[in-house]
Amino acid sequence: MKTYEQINDRIESGKAVVLTADEIMDYVDKKGLAAAAKEVDVVTTATFGPMCSSGCFLNFGHSKPKIRMSEAWVEDVLVYTGIAAVDVYLGATQLRHGDPANMYHPGEFRYGGGHVIEDLVAGRKLQLFALSYGTDCYPLRELRTYFTINDLNQAIMVNPRNCYQNYNVAVNDSDHTIYTYMGILEPGRKNANYCSAGQLSPLLNDPYYDVIGVGTKVWLAGAQGHVYAEGTQHAGGVERTPGGIPKSGAGTLALTADMKQMRPEFVRGVSFRGYGVSLALGIGVPIPVLNEDVLRRTCVRDRDIMAPVVDFSQDYPQNTGKVICYVNYEQLRSGQIDVDGKKIAVGSLSSYYKALQIANLLADEIRRGDFRLAKPIAPLAKDKKMKPLVTRRRPS
Amino acid sequence: MSQTVTKKLMLFFPRCECEKPIIYHLVKDYNLVVNVYRAKVTPEEEGYLVLDVTGTEEDIERAMAFVKTFNVSINYSGKGVTRDEKSCTHCGYCITHCPTGALYIADKATREVVFSEAKCIECLACIRVCPFGACASAF
Repeated sequence: MKTYEQINDRIESGKAVVLTADEIMDYVDKKGLAAAAKEVDVVTTATFGPMCSSGCFLNFGHSKPKIRMSEAWVEDVLVYTGIAAVDVYLGATQLRHGDPANMYHPGEFRYGGGHVIEDLVAGRKLQLFALSYGTDCYPLRELRTYFTINDLNQAIMVNPRNCYQNYNVAVNDSDHTIYTYMGILEPGRKNANYCSAGQLSPLLNDPYYDVIGVGTKVWLAGAQGHVYAEGTQHAGGVERTPGGIPKSGAGTLALTADMKQMRPEFVRGVSFRGYGVSLALGIGVPIPVLNEDVLRRTCVRDRDIMAPVVDFSQDYPQNTGKVICYVNYEQLRSGQIDVDGKKIAVGSLSSYYKALQIANLLADEIRRGDFRLAKPIAPLAKDKKMKPLVTRRRPS
Repeated sequence: MSQTVTKKLMLFFPRCECEKPIIYHLVKDYNLVVNVYRAKVTPEEEGYLVLDVTGTEEDIERAMAFVKTFNVSINYSGKGVTRDEKSCTHCGYCITHCPTGALYIADKATREVVFSEAKCIECLACIRVCPFGACASAF
């Protein structure tokens, strides 16, 4: 048994033993669970992939004369201004003004909210255009200027949903190509796409949210941030394997961190042909080895994690809930899965390469004493169910 | 008989040179085996032709001297499709769309995605599908 305080003391003295979730299984196999639990202080987990429910609050400071922005665009991408005068929220999936979207199907979606966020973090110069109706205290009615992230008072990433615990494997049962947020899917199940870091993914290493909770400190694209709430659609009450691993989406995290501390290679705009824009993020979450149970759960392997194969031409859009079958991440990573006797080529939208890089960067930060852990202030719900949206007739 | 070699070439056509049957002459007069990857040769416009030529060094050299008489510029670098190392996130999404295995995972432990120019046939599938715009075409 260890406490957060003891682990943080060891981190501070530069003596913490830190392994990545990619290394820990073999280490525990070699040393035995009890000995490893005494020795290892932290296991680092990570993921890198598109996370649509991401965005940021920006504060521009006040111009002379002042403006209360009622509509605003950054690089022609609409931002939300329904908050205080010069605060805006920029969302990852917002399209650029004038983007033809899918008018000429499949649209290219070359630039949007995710790309603006990437450009901000990369320190590029961006255009702000804002309009206002004008008030006595905020008389300016139009503003165009150019800025970088350094000119802003705050640029704070606030993501309602990141780090989905598990995810669908998408296939296409129709007779024509479909364009989805899970990529391009060829007809007749010609290809399949998945999106998870599997054995390295944060919530798959803490399947019952025993150590990751509200207040947990995280590595968000290089900045030290934290979990500020359960993520939207957080629903741990799903079917699980005998080992306790959810067999579908399940838990999610709402994360925040200061964008001025982020590294551009882990904040990347995404264009999905025929679908839209998004933002790919790199996230690392440290797991404190408080006891043997916590450590045992970090030893999860790709072969133990099952993902549902779902038809994105009918069952996903029509919300039927039908699952064709389950496959494990070892099979997915082999590049080919077998579904109903048919071999399907598999691609990934999540980068294991980057996730591994992040797990190692975070491990190094902890070893150097630069990243202390934070004890959660509230747990994440363990058995919450996901509610559908019921469309009702107008009440009489 | 001298040994045959294969070279990847990119030919850039200025306006108005496109009526000449250059490929025909490469085959007929210079004994070259031609494999065209990409071509856009339209009257009154600039054009390009990306191809492999196989033949003896001497024949290829003579053929290129012939091509140059038409004011066509020749690029031997063979980089019609490039992958920007910095933009690539190594997600591996492109792999199933690449018909020749030019994009592949070399090391299963790191899962780094490698691009082999030699295997690339410039079908441009990777450019169409890459969510990060990491792949690009020279034209």
